[in-house]
Amino acid sequence: MGEAIVITSGKGGVGKTTTTANLGTALALLGKRVCLVDTDIGLRNLDVVMGLENRIIYDLVDVVEGRCTVQKALVKDKRFDDKLYLLPAAQTSDKTAVAPEQMKQLVEELKQDYDYVLIDCPAGIEQGFKNAVAGADEAIVVTTPEVSSVRDADRIIGLLEKEEHVKSPRLVINRIRGHMVKSGDMLDIDEIVMHLSIDLLGIIADDENVIKASNNGEPIVLDPTSKASIAYRNIARRILGESVPLQSLESEQKSMFTRIKRFFGVR
Amino acid sequence: MNRQKQPYVTMKGTKDGLTLHLDDMCSYDDLIAELDEKLMINENKDFDGPLVSVHLKLGNRYLTPEQEEELRALIRAKKNLVVASIDSNVMTKEEAIEWKQKTEIVSVAKIVRSGQVLHVHGDLLLIGDVNPGGTVIAGGNIFILGALRGIAHAGCYGNKEAVIAASVMKPMQLRISDVMNRAPDYKVDEQNEMECAYIDDNDQIVVDRLQLLMHLRPTLTRLERRF
Ligand SMILES: Nc1ncnc2c1ncn2[C@@H]1O[C@H](COP(=O)(O)OP(=O)(O)O)[C@@H](O)[C@H]1O
Ligand SMILES: [Mg+2]
Repeated sequence: MGEAIVITSGKGGVGKTTTTANLGTALALLGKRVCLVDTDIGLRNLDVVMGLENRIIYDLVDVVEGRCTVQKALVKDKRFDDKLYLLPAAQTSDKTAVAPEQMKQLVEELKQDYDYVLIDCPAGIEQGFKNAVAGADEAIVVTTPEVSSVRDADRIIGLLEKEEHVKSPRLVINRIRGHMVKSGDMLDIDEIVMHLSIDLLGIIADDENVIKASNNGEPIVLDPTSKASIAYRNIARRILGESVPLQSLESEQKSMFTRIKRFFGVR
Repeated sequence: MNRQKQPYVTMKGTKDGLTLHLDDMCSYDDLIAELDEKLMINENKDFDGPLVSVHLKLGNRYLTPEQEEELRALIRAKKNLVVASIDSNVMTKEEAIEWKQKTEIVSVAKIVRSGQVLHVHGDLLLIGDVNPGGTVIAGGNIFILGALRGIAHAGCYGNKEAVIAASVMKPMQLRISDVMNRAPDYKVDEQNEMECAYIDDNDQIVVDRLQLLMHLRPTLTRLERRF
């Protein structure tokens, strides 16, 4: 019986899909059986980031409406023999095509076959969010170091805390630009973590290679030399329960170091 | 008057006016009848006198709002009488619950996040923060052990004596009763002292050192308050 983790943020464009794709890939690289579920119905793009777009035949709505079995709709990622699958979102329907209860059942079914079910959540707090969260056991909240993004993350954490089946959410801070943080033009990591008061799962630098990799349909995590790749791999290991210290970008700030210890050292 | 031994209505003149002790065992109708009768006699006595305040003591009798209104009307109809107070030993369960809610200190351990509203009827003791976009509302005072970065509204039912205290006072907005303060007039420079907000003599919300409160609002010390 696997675990279902929803990746959410409130605000759009902060890196939910990128995080889902990379964490899923990283977990598969670590030998886990992973199923990615794109719940952004009508605006799917997890398939594009994964480079699986051309192989889609059925989608999530087809499964929910009984036009095919889950197995048939799953797209296999051939790069990881039998480790990584994607359940794509429908492009033609909208979010109301699926109800939370149906999502819950679907995720429950997937958890039988996979170690991790990663659910890519759409932006917003409406139906799409409710669907994505319905079957989740855990949540990862993604934010960037901007005030509006942190504000939305706070709102989402409040909503997640009301979902009793979801364990307390953990935080990923994405697209950090070291020089902007230093000059005070971006919120610093300490400040964000203190403000949101949830556990920090990891931080990822702003890196144009992430965008290039996504455009090529090859998640950055496949390139072992990039910093963002290492950050994603580290997050994957933390999900597996290892205590991995944050990488150097992160420890440039002195005070960060104590915080890292606080969050990971004790695990 | 031979239908009873003890009168249902006893009158006492005091320096504050007239105090009427109303029997709490007889039926309501008997009470009203006798009251009407007694007041009529009274009315005839000092015909053109000045206004007299009447204080009603109901003992253990509960009056519905309609009965209370009937009683007031009856007294008002007599020339120079006016009801100043009605005092009963009893209240309904609902009133009792409301009274309890409005006077108790509710402690809540949580972070009030963006979009969330925490509303209590009495005093609020928040063990946690109020984040930007979050709101706490209390009928009484608000004490925040963490940081106040959102909105706090104390004395929301119209209590201007209510105060707001926080370990870190960085609010988006402060309200006490119907007074609002968007840009608090205190030094913005970083300081880690506990602070409090209250309405001053100019009907303005002021933020100051917490330690001033004991002088400004000595009643804060009392644990139980009057109804
Ligand atoms: N760490 C990063 N560095 C640079 N660009 C990033 C990073 N993370 C995400 N992006 C880019 O930001 C954009 C939005 O990311 P996406 O994952 O689609 O966000 P969401 O799913 O939250 O809407 C994409 O173009 C993506 O490539
Ligand atoms: Mg997305």
